[in-house]
Amino acid sequence: MTRRVEQVFRDRNLMLWGLLVTLAVVVWLSALITEFDFGDGLASFPRALGWLVANFVPNQRALNNLPSILNRLGETVVVSVMATVLAALLAFGLALLGSRTTRPHPLFTPVVRAIGSLGRNIPVVAWAMIFLLAFGQTFVTGLLALLLESVGFLTRSFLEITDETAAEPVEGLRATGAGWGTVVAQAVVPTLLPSLTSWMLFMLETNIRSATLVGLLTGTGIGFSFDLYYKSLNYPSAALVTICIVVVVLVLEALSNALRKVIL
Amino acid sequence: MNVLEIEALSKDYRGVPALNSVSLTVKKGEFVAIIGRSGAGKSTLLRCINRLVEPSTGRIRVDNIEVTSLRGKGLRGLRTRVGMIFQHSNLVPRLTVIENVLHGRLGFKKTWAGLLGLYSLSEKQRAMDLLVHLGLEGQAHQRCDRLSGGQKQRVGIARALIQDPHLILCDEPIASLDPASAKVIMDELRRICDEQGITIVVNLHQVEVAVKYADRIVGIRAGQVEFNDAPKDLKKKIIASIYGQNHEDLLVEGVEE
Repeated sequence: MTRRVEQVFRDRNLMLWGLLVTLAVVVWLSALITEFDFGDGLASFPRALGWLVANFVPNQRALNNLPSILNRLGETVVVSVMATVLAALLAFGLALLGSRTTRPHPLFTPVVRAIGSLGRNIPVVAWAMIFLLAFGQTFVTGLLALLLESVGFLTRSFLEITDETAAEPVEGLRATGAGWGTVVAQAVVPTLLPSLTSWMLFMLETNIRSATLVGLLTGTGIGFSFDLYYKSLNYPSAALVTICIVVVVLVLEALSNALRKVIL
Repeated sequence: MNVLEIEALSKDYRGVPALNSVSLTVKKGEFVAIIGRSGAGKSTLLRCINRLVEPSTGRIRVDNIEVTSLRGKGLRGLRTRVGMIFQHSNLVPRLTVIENVLHGRLGFKKTWAGLLGLYSLSEKQRAMDLLVHLGLEGQAHQRCDRLSGGQKQRVGIARALIQDPHLILCDEPIASLDPASAKVIMDELRRICDEQGITIVVNLHQVEVAVKYADRIVGIRAGQVEFNDAPKDLKKKIIASIYGQNHEDLLVEGVEE
């Protein structure tokens, strides 16, 4: 009996050590393949920092660009908000169709899950490249790229929270004879409102960061400003753009934290 | 008059049988307790009656209306006549007590009134009366996630009563409660049965509670009816066969050898 127990514990320890060794080997191999030198990597940190401090600091000339930077930043925020809100609505609809507790038919679940994975597993940059061909360098391209990625991500999260937290209230209301729409409006929405909002705000933060990246490709918004200044070697202005993005994301985080408190 | 007639009801979940040809009738105003081990099929049986679970074969009649073929409006109509009380109350946790009680009226609403949660003054008055009756008037505007288990269960009872049901199904209503709250809930169910003549069918874990409160006990084992008679006829040997154990191994008191 005790030998069996010892065996179980020894097996578990062996597994843990095996995992650690495997990880170490993977890291070492990948360094070998990419000819990455850890010493060099560490040594370059101070140099990179030195360059940042010397060049990547906004100056008076950069501040003159502030109005146009803020303008572009505004565009980016608006596109992100639009993409997030639209995505949240679509994802909520999909989650209702796919969740075990609210689906009209069991066949909907795999379909909804597939739509979710498709949106989520193709990176936002790839979506942007795809839509670039169709819509060119316009904000529609960025909007659609963000929308699809967000629908994928939010569908998955909404589906899971609906399965986990709405099952009991939904059953309670179905038993009273309430119709499907009424059950959704009176049981699902009130139960899930805080988590839906939380996920949506999280998505918004992510989207503002991604929108910057997408803007680089589509030539719109703050990403375009960054690209422009960076390529024309105007590092102080590029630095100002970066600082503006960080400030917006921080303000947004503070806002969403405040909102979460109110809703919960 | 029979409120509930079940004939040869069977249910299987993807080939795994849960109920095997269960037949059972319940008269108006009767208090019936269903006992059996976890997984014996008690919950499935109860949920087939209001079609939260789809029966595989067999017939179920509530108020002489065949329910196994009901759809849409007819099914909703059946559910308005059958109240249900759950082990975990199944209230909407973030809404207030009175809102949860009023949910019992949703089955009677037109679509838009249900979506928006519009209730008439008399419905609100009725909800308040029920809360007073159940000693919850002080909590009427509190959110349900702040209530104790016993209080939640009383809200569940109010939600069922506001439907003016002919039959109330209770799925393990006291399994998650302390003994004092459990007594309050069982006394209330008994009183509803005695004073309002509402038929009660209740799934229970505790044999002695069933013996104390019920007019009739139905014992279920592996999806089949093993016993169906008055509490006084429930002997220790029969309990042992319902639970598939030697009766010395069961913690049961107040039952004859």
